[in-house]
Amino acid sequence: MRVRDIKEILEAELLCGEELLDTEVLSACGSDLMSDVLAFVKEQSLLLTGLVNPQVVRTADMMDMRCIVFVRGKRPDEGTLALARDRGIAVMSTGLRMYSACGKLYAAGLASEV
Amino acid sequence: MDALKLHYDVDGEDFSAAGEASSNVKKVLRQLGFPQEAIRRTAICMYEGEINVVIHAGGGFADVTVEPERITIVLTDHGPGIPDVEKAMSEGWSTAPTKVRELGFGAGMGLPNMKRYSDEFRIDTTVGVGTTVTMTVNVTQGQ
Repeated sequence: MRVRDIKEILEAELLCGEELLDTEVLSACGSDLMSDVLAFVKEQSLLLTGLVNPQVVRTADMMDMRCIVFVRGKRPDEGTLALARDRGIAVMSTGLRMYSACGKLYAAGLASEV
Repeated sequence: MDALKLHYDVDGEDFSAAGEASSNVKKVLRQLGFPQEAIRRTAICMYEGEINVVIHAGGGFADVTVEPERITIVLTDHGPGIPDVEKAMSEGWSTAPTKVRELGFGAGMGLPNMKRYSDEFRIDTTVGVGTTVTMTVNVTQGQ
């Protein structure tokens, strides 16, 4: 699944990372607790979260994730987006709640791990 | 290659900057061509450590020594120290304030995560004086 497919499935708005739309995403992780994201190292390339602060981008960066989706209509501030741009991470926002967003992606074939 | 030494000040006032040093180390290791697995383990250990130094100690220092076979991270602070290390090491135990939890940390996962991803892990702490955490990540080539 590509970043652009995720955008479509979640009816999300892309906030940065236009050039990453064709990046392949193999698995995903949904959490509001960054330490939990850090606790389970796998080849996950997508992070879904309802938490909005720069540490979300840093966590994704440490884990080599390429895409972040903010759920429940949350939008990060400009500083957070600038950090994501700098780290080469695509960011989008969807109005869906965490459960629905994860469910839709899972149903579309995106695994929780590779 | 001689050992490469990196030194960073970890600002205790600015939570949004926590992770800046870890990010830099990650970049350096990538440029040096270290295996991805070693880079990621180092980044996670150091990042959780940096967050701890900011949350609990009001800042400190990070010293990283890079050698071909191993990466050593030493985090030093002059914070309150850890009265009960065993308790601090158990998953879920945390003394972090609600504000930190709202930021996605402070769930009692930091030290356990650091131990999980390092090959050697040591805490030297004295209440009222400070804490030094030393972590070593062994580099296995070909990963």
